[in-house]
Amino acid sequence: MLIRNAPDLRYSDVTPKALYVRRREFIQAAAAVAVGAATALSPAGSGPARAQGARVKLPNVRKGPFGTDEKLNSYDDITSYNNYYEFGTDKDDPQRNAHRLVTRPWTIRVEGLVKAPATYDIDSLVKPYALEERIYRLRCVEAWSMVIPWVGFPLAEVIKRLEPLPSARYIEFTTLNDAKQMPGLRVPVLDWPYVEGLRMDEAMHPLTILSVGLYGEVLPNQNGAPIRLVVPWKYGFKSIKSIVRIRFTDQQPRTSWAVANAREYGFYSNVNPTVDHPRWSQASERRLGEFFRRKTLMFNGYGDQVAQLYAGMDLRKFY
Amino acid sequence: MTRFAFVRWSIVAAALAPAAALVYWTFTGDLTANPIDFITDTTGTTALTLLVCTLTVTPLRRLTAHNELVRLRRMLGLLAFFYACLHMLTWVVLDWFFDVASMTADVVQRPFITMGMTTFLLLVPLAATSTAGMIRRLGRRWQQLHRLVYVAAITAVIHFWWIVKADFRQPRLWALALCVLFGFRAWWALRARLPTRG
Repeated sequence: MLIRNAPDLRYSDVTPKALYVRRREFIQAAAAVAVGAATALSPAGSGPARAQGARVKLPNVRKGPFGTDEKLNSYDDITSYNNYYEFGTDKDDPQRNAHRLVTRPWTIRVEGLVKAPATYDIDSLVKPYALEERIYRLRCVEAWSMVIPWVGFPLAEVIKRLEPLPSARYIEFTTLNDAKQMPGLRVPVLDWPYVEGLRMDEAMHPLTILSVGLYGEVLPNQNGAPIRLVVPWKYGFKSIKSIVRIRFTDQQPRTSWAVANAREYGFYSNVNPTVDHPRWSQASERRLGEFFRRKTLMFNGYGDQVAQLYAGMDLRKFY
Repeated sequence: MTRFAFVRWSIVAAALAPAAALVYWTFTGDLTANPIDFITDTTGTTALTLLVCTLTVTPLRRLTAHNELVRLRRMLGLLAFFYACLHMLTWVVLDWFFDVASMTADVVQRPFITMGMTTFLLLVPLAATSTAGMIRRLGRRWQQLHRLVYVAAITAVIHFWWIVKADFRQPRLWALALCVLFGFRAWWALRARLPTRG
């Protein structure tokens, strides 16, 4: 009896990428609906049992510098209380809606004053760097703060590899702008897409990192997956999430919050207890998990590392 | 129980639900990662909602010709005041823990706090004069005094507007609600002054 070989599979038999990405979206959505239904009876806008992607451990994370022995905020706190307006303006909206974000495939366009403008796949961009855990304080402009164990690598290393031209004085970042994945973009709360930026010396500072993880695991979507900036001596909104574009420029970037209200949110936005927000005091903050307010520290307690970046500058003027 | 009593108690139950939920979530640990902010938001929003409900009673009564509705007005007003007190207590006890110096500085320097405090201070005499005895004693002046509720509603919406960072949808909606409610009153007041035709 003749046994026939199974026909060879051809490339055309492989499920097209676009289709399996859609399918994954569908499964994620279905899972979210199931979780949503299960939690519908629990109080609105709170509770730990919310839609979460699978938690994936990151391999080979070593301890990084600049640590603090302050008590870490819980994974739950960090992933349920977010300002990420692309997913909605309530603190729990990101956790509820961020499951729609598809973080692979993901590309980052590098352009502007750089040796070789190009589009990079995130995995190839991230691959060369050893992952470090960086435990940083995060101070929100709304006067609350957390202590967060990020996983990432210095932005400086990426910049060196990308080789910006000597004329590049600033670096500008842009967040994904896709209303299908980010329902908050349908509301013109800010001038989308979200844009942030740093002066080149701030970007090259060893405290400044690109983060891809949290608590030793892959970064949750609501915290800015797949890759975000973390600049611990500036108010939280400077640490832009879900980056799709990096542009080197000789002009100070028009950052989203400064465009929305230049008097309230400056380009620098360094944490500074002596310069109040026009509408509220920045002298103290509430560390989430604590009852009493604590004094806000200059440069969020990173003054020894970063104060020299602003030597001679009037920080009341350049707020 | 009459139908009216049923409506009345249903409103009380609904109005107390947010406070009950806050107590319940305190025990289940579901007050979010920032409980003090969440309590502040919830009590403030509920106070504003009930204040606007109070202002809805009179137009609703005139439009539907259900005069008994006026009997809901004081109750709604007092419920609004109850939440305004909770909102205030949250600020004094949980947010600042009786730090009088900081609170005073806030009231003086932060316009949104000034507006909130103004709203609260406007509501105090209204709540204090809400008893039948006071209504009798004050006579005509009672109605004049209680027109302060219009000012309080406006300062409450401004208070809300000035704390919002970028998403003005909610305060805008409340401002619109006030415009509609004041619009009815203005229209009726205007019509009352015009000579009647025919």
